[in-house]
Amino acid sequence: MAISPPTERIWWKEPIARVELIWIVIAFVWGLVMFSMMIYWHGAGEQNLSSEAYKIKPQAFAQKAQTMIDQYTVRQEGGFPVVRPPVGSDVYLIARLWQWWPILELEKDQSYRLHLSSMDWQHGFSLQPVNINVQVHPGYEMVMKLKPNQSGEYGVVCNEFCGIGHHTMVGRIYVVE
Amino acid sequence: MTKPAQFRSCPTTGLRVERSAENLIKANAVAAVVFLAVGGFFGLLVALTRWPAVHFLPADLFYLALTAHGFDVLLVWIIFFEMAVLYFASAVLLSSRLAGPRWAWTGFALMLSGAVITNVAVLRGQSTVMFTSYVPMMAHPTFYLGIILFAVGALIGCCVFFGTLVVAKQEKTYEGSIPLVTFGAMTAAIIAVFTIASGAIILIPTLLWSMGLVTYIDPLLYKTIWWAMGHSSQQINVSAHVSVWYAIAAMVFGAKPISEKVSRMAFLMYILFLQLASAHHLLVEPGFSPEWKIFNTSYAMYLAVLGSMVHGLTVPGSIEAAQRRRGYTKGLFEWLRKAPWGNPAFSGMFMSLVFFGFLGGISGVVMGTEQINLIMHNTLYVPGHFHATVVTGTTLAFMAITYILIPLIFRRELRMKALAKWQPYVFGIGAAGISLFMMGAGTLGVARRHWDITFADAQLPFDYPSAAYLMMGLNGMFAVLAAIGGLMFVVIVVSSVFFGKRLAIDEKPSYPEVPPTARAVGHYGSAESIHIPGTAVLVGIFFIAFVLYYFVNWKYLSEVWPLS
Ligand code: HEM
Ligand SMILES: [Cu+2]
Ligand SMILES: [Cu+2]
Repeated sequence: MAISPPTERIWWKEPIARVELIWIVIAFVWGLVMFSMMIYWHGAGEQNLSSEAYKIKPQAFAQKAQTMIDQYTVRQEGGFPVVRPPVGSDVYLIARLWQWWPILELEKDQSYRLHLSSMDWQHGFSLQPVNINVQVHPGYEMVMKLKPNQSGEYGVVCNEFCGIGHHTMVGRIYVVE
Repeated sequence: MTKPAQFRSCPTTGLRVERSAENLIKANAVAAVVFLAVGGFFGLLVALTRWPAVHFLPADLFYLALTAHGFDVLLVWIIFFEMAVLYFASAVLLSSRLAGPRWAWTGFALMLSGAVITNVAVLRGQSTVMFTSYVPMMAHPTFYLGIILFAVGALIGCCVFFGTLVVAKQEKTYEGSIPLVTFGAMTAAIIAVFTIASGAIILIPTLLWSMGLVTYIDPLLYKTIWWAMGHSSQQINVSAHVSVWYAIAAMVFGAKPISEKVSRMAFLMYILFLQLASAHHLLVEPGFSPEWKIFNTSYAMYLAVLGSMVHGLTVPGSIEAAQRRRGYTKGLFEWLRKAPWGNPAFSGMFMSLVFFGFLGGISGVVMGTEQINLIMHNTLYVPGHFHATVVTGTTLAFMAITYILIPLIFRRELRMKALAKWQPYVFGIGAAGISLFMMGAGTLGVARRHWDITFADAQLPFDYPSAAYLMMGLNGMFAVLAAIGGLMFVVIVVSSVFFGKRLAIDEKPSYPEVPPTARAVGHYGSAESIHIPGTAVLVGIFFIAFVLYYFVNWKYLSEVWPLS
């Protein structure tokens, strides 16, 4: 029994039952398949998160974002500037207690380089209802190439706990034709 | 100087049980159950708040309760119980005395005071940082201090366990190799040492930082090391509850592992492929390279997963073989139909096995896939997944073995047997429900650790799809069911332990039935003749579910905005 010492003293020399062997082989091969899938997706899939990131001081990041906002704001909405940056350009989104700043307006089927960083604590960039979720750190600037493929109005929810106003932290991204 | 160890002989198993080991098992198990009750209560409050129609707590108390819930159940309940399991698997199963009972008591005292200190820090409202306490959000220094004390206490417990293995070997209290369950417990203890070391590396500087003695802690570095602790501690839970599965299978059925070699190798996998870097918690953090993520989530071949998949065959397989030997040989599943479903030790253990595999295991591997994590990270899918692993898996298994420990170690007759019969079902189904519905809500994008999914106070309005509200309502209802199951457990345990009829020194408990006469099944060399078709069908179903669900999620991923 499993609660007493093995009855066969030299248990490590005993043969392995056939079902066990078959299952081990299946499970092992499945492990290799799953491993290969991740590599395969880097070639064939379109959703691979970039690893581009830089260390940055919050003020420096805010500065870059402000430059973009000054240049490309097209209107105001509920106290937020709505920024429409040129296609293919660098786009900045500030995470801070408790806002995603500014509102972005992007064009459908065009790529942008989205930069994310936090001014204070960690936040969670959760683009809904697309359901893209990445972590945003203070002191790190993450850059990813993003290509919206559907037009509409999208919410940016914060999904990392960031204090008492966490559940009020909602931003917006418009995708237009 | 130390008194000579005092032993009694267990009338059921014939094992020699030492007094101090017995007392330590009792103390740790009782402390565990107390914190389960406290933490479970917070869990209910949290779930009621996340039920949109109820929305029970105000925001500040919600986040406070959530912090307390995570800490009390994930760390305190589980680790106290694991200490009881370690002492049981070493001193009791090896008929040995415990090495250094004084040390063990010191460890216990440290753990208890640490748990209390951190709870006070949380309840005073100064440390609402979630149990992960990601920097730069700062808690009160006593929050970290309590966790550190708790961890040191647990480390001492592990040392006592290793010491006991040495004592038992020197004093020749057993012959041959240690039992499989002890071996499994040993893997848990080895992983625990690694876990606690990682915890110390990160929490001690964090404590100093909260006291103003260190100026900066890098948030990414914190997270990487924190999860070296956080992830490995989950591997401790798995090793411990798999050991418990084997122990219950042996005690209820006299089941013998199909092959010692395979089962032990599977445990060893947990140590060897611990995912040192805990990469799957870092898949959407800035800056980690894909090569690093792919290698470290899988170690190229998912060998720790392989370990669990092997146990998923060998545990039910050994039960099937034992049952067939007893004459339940009709068809594929007579062995399972005629299993003692009214015995809470068995029903709890078997549900733990099924839910852990189907709900927790599959979702964990899928979520830990490099790219797929992107559509799940920090959504409710994550708590959905780990309630399947640590609640329906670990917690249910620990509840199940408690029904055996009460007569064996506490020497009390179990009370409220009718209630006990239902308890695992109520709790198991409730907990499986919250796992499923949180995963469902997460698939729809709902954030975890979030007070208000209607975003009533948000500066910009936003709405989740209406199906999300349905999921959260169902989650609330099953949470109530789980809470009732948890309460049943606490009531049964407390009343049996304190008011149950004392068993005479040589009296065998009559319930739950643990037939000591159950014949050990098979002998080695009979490997060719092992016949477990029912289990083979079960793992076949599991495998198909796994493959389908895995690829469905790649399909989901392929539908989100292209990014690189
Ligand atoms: C009555 C039983 C339980 C209920 C109703 C329950 C419910 C919940 C709910 C609704 C959440 C919140 C999810 C969120 O908003 O992010 C949660 C979080 C959590 N639960 Fe439970 N739970 C129960 C038992 C347990 C047990 C037994 C454990 C561990 C063994 C556990 C571990 C956790 C952890 C670690 C968290 C995460 C806390 C965090 O995000 O910081 N729960 N639980
Ligand atoms: Cu936030
Ligand atoms: Cu937040």
